[in-house]
Amino acid sequence: MEHACDCERGASGDSSCADSGSEVSEIVRRCEELYDDLDLGYVKKWKEEHRSKAIGFLPIYVPRELIHAAGMLPVGIMGAGDSLEIIRGDAYYQSYICHLPRSVIELGLSGRLDCIDGFLFPSICDVIRNLSGMWMSLFGGKYVKYLDLPQNLAPALGGKFYRHELTRIRADFERISGREITDDRLRKSIRTYNQNSRLVRDLFRIRSETPELAPASEVHLLMRAGNVLSVEDHSSLLMEYISATMKTKRKKMDNARIVLHGAFCEQPPLGLLRSLENAGCDIVDDDLVLVNRWIKDPVSTSGDPMDALVDAYLHHSVANASKYIADDEKGRELIETCRSKRVEGVIFAAPSFCDPSLLELPMLQDALDRAGIEHTNFRYSEDMGQFHSIREQAGTFADSIKLWS
Amino acid sequence: MSDVQKEPSMVKQKDMIADHFRKLSRAKEDGRKVVYTFVPGNLTELIANFDMLPVLPEINALQSGMRGKSKEYIAEAEKHGHSEDVCTYVKCDYGMLKKGNVGPTGEKLPEPDMLLLSYTGCFTFMKWFEILREEYKCPVAMLHVPYQGEGEITKEMREYIVAQIRDDVIPMMEKISGNKFDEDKLKAALRRSAAAEDDLVWTLESAKHRPSPIDAYFGGVYYIGPIFSSFRGSSDAVEYYRMLREEVKGRIDRGEGPITPDGPMREEKYRLVVEGPPNWTSFRQFWKMFHEEGAVVVASSYTKVGGVYDQGFRHNPDAPLETLADYCSGCYTNLNLPQRIELLSKYVTEYEADGFMINSIKSCNSFSAGQLHILREVQDRTGVAGGFIESDLVDPRYFSAANIKNRLESYLQMIDAKRKELIAVH
Repeated sequence: MEHACDCERGASGDSSCADSGSEVSEIVRRCEELYDDLDLGYVKKWKEEHRSKAIGFLPIYVPRELIHAAGMLPVGIMGAGDSLEIIRGDAYYQSYICHLPRSVIELGLSGRLDCIDGFLFPSICDVIRNLSGMWMSLFGGKYVKYLDLPQNLAPALGGKFYRHELTRIRADFERISGREITDDRLRKSIRTYNQNSRLVRDLFRIRSETPELAPASEVHLLMRAGNVLSVEDHSSLLMEYISATMKTKRKKMDNARIVLHGAFCEQPPLGLLRSLENAGCDIVDDDLVLVNRWIKDPVSTSGDPMDALVDAYLHHSVANASKYIADDEKGRELIETCRSKRVEGVIFAAPSFCDPSLLELPMLQDALDRAGIEHTNFRYSEDMGQFHSIREQAGTFADSIKLWS
Repeated sequence: MSDVQKEPSMVKQKDMIADHFRKLSRAKEDGRKVVYTFVPGNLTELIANFDMLPVLPEINALQSGMRGKSKEYIAEAEKHGHSEDVCTYVKCDYGMLKKGNVGPTGEKLPEPDMLLLSYTGCFTFMKWFEILREEYKCPVAMLHVPYQGEGEITKEMREYIVAQIRDDVIPMMEKISGNKFDEDKLKAALRRSAAAEDDLVWTLESAKHRPSPIDAYFGGVYYIGPIFSSFRGSSDAVEYYRMLREEVKGRIDRGEGPITPDGPMREEKYRLVVEGPPNWTSFRQFWKMFHEEGAVVVASSYTKVGGVYDQGFRHNPDAPLETLADYCSGCYTNLNLPQRIELLSKYVTEYEADGFMINSIKSCNSFSAGQLHILREVQDRTGVAGGFIESDLVDPRYFSAANIKNRLESYLQMIDAKRKELIAVH
């Protein structure tokens, strides 16, 4: 692990900066350990300590507040990346299906997900949808729920249906945990997650204003840690990181300000993000690990907490390829992000064979063309090991922005 | 290649389709509004209620595939930035649009006045109509049909769909067409739908006879044509299915097998159940590989994408909106994987199939994701060995005739070997 600060320790005499740098490095190291731990050691320990259960969820979004209010641990499952050899998972999927489900199956069949007591499969695409059925067949003893998020966002239509979906999982979680989810408990959980979301937004603001202080690869590791850690531990971690990195003096590079878009489900390997950074890109925003940013504003903590969760989904969730948006211009939110964060170009990164991301791509490209925003695109797989050509492509893109944009 | 033997029902269907496309070509001058929608969960009776005309982009795409146009259309879409990884129906349709939107009869298709996004059993539908919305800038009615994640249609799912039809879809149709919703007219149409559905089910189930008088996959795609598309609820559809039933009955009485494009099938050597859509770019060649070997498909899942009628569902005129909701929810690709496995296993048993085969479509995740699991589960439940071939809907680049033929022949040889083993044991 490299020292996170670029000041010359000793030579500058700035010992607090050096300390902060090593603090950042230490936090990043801890996140990397969590990232690499496919056996979910933290989850097992948490369950033991809290004598409770864990509920896993697939990308992109589930209302974790309900799991938390039942005293259980929500665990984001985003595949196995590039660190697991797929042996059995490949026997379940043809070569023309994305990589994430085969690595999730591999995790399941190899016993690595045994510590998860139930699974939520949100309705984001046909592959995750069908995986929910496979899970029922393969892991029959476990709780499996396909969470049908509404595509009709009218409160009286999709809102009513979604509330019913949430009421069902609320009852399921009460049964699994043996703990009643009272409205007060749920409000408290909403407050806890609001605090976490605020910290995430703070971090993304720092990242946008001073990208050298919060590089994409570090932010990604912090967000991935949030998939596993309890929300309380994750919030502490974010506070620690923000405090430490703000004290560091890292060199500001003359990089292109980039948004990475389209990678909301299967995640690119960490090496790919680092390659993009090394190619001269400051990734000032992305849609990786969206669960903690899916709801853009604090969820209401007054009134009926179920209504608050429904309202948050209907009126305050991000524009994403997996969600139908009735009366909005395609790409508006992406363009607004580009403008508000002084973005110079967009890199569309889609997992191979990802229907939502790839079908959305031409529409977003057209929208960016109309807005005069530069863009490029590539496909990846979570287990890819060679980044040379992507690095070259990103480097050329960054150079062209710096030279001619 | 010999001429296709035309039975009266085939002529009838051809006339119905030609008449529909004639109406479409005159729609603008006749002042009729046009609704683009999808096959699964189509609300044909409701569209007709407002005297509007449906266009089904999937059908256009598959017909482009059969007419040898899809390669050019897909290339056009890819030129516009559409990925090679995604649904080829979408790309074929988009390419057709960019090339002038000329339909299967050689006439230009009218632009839509409305997109009815019946979001049933396929995620891609949503993106498809978002793409069309960008092109046509016309109103879209989103009809979100929840998935049968837990293997059932719940009261809340039904209420959600009914509310969308009542509060969103019907008001938009009234506004666009200028016609008021007529419930009695809808009930009468649904009564006709149910009558046609009875005869369709009778036809599909005729494959339980030996020899089967129909091929329920290659032939089946023609039989489902009217009821899955623009004609459900019409008198024409009732008449078509009555004619079809009579013809099939005649074949049973005479002990005849299915009619193929190369004439009547001579000998039924293998009875197969097939999962997955067919390939359209080489449809006749694909079918020939089967019928030349004496393989007849006795049941298929593809012929259930527009409704699983053989499991008991009929449109119910007494609860018009509720029955539309149940229809939308019950289409094959809206069933969860355990339900699909159960249905396919049931087909293998009830139709006394010798084999179970999957034609896995490269660009269709709704069907294909999970098919290897389905294969193993159906094998385990029925004891019938499964076969697996791969092709695509309308992208000719992914149809490898030699590979498919090889796999099919090897598979049928394996069935022969198993039969011999069985004879030796007894």
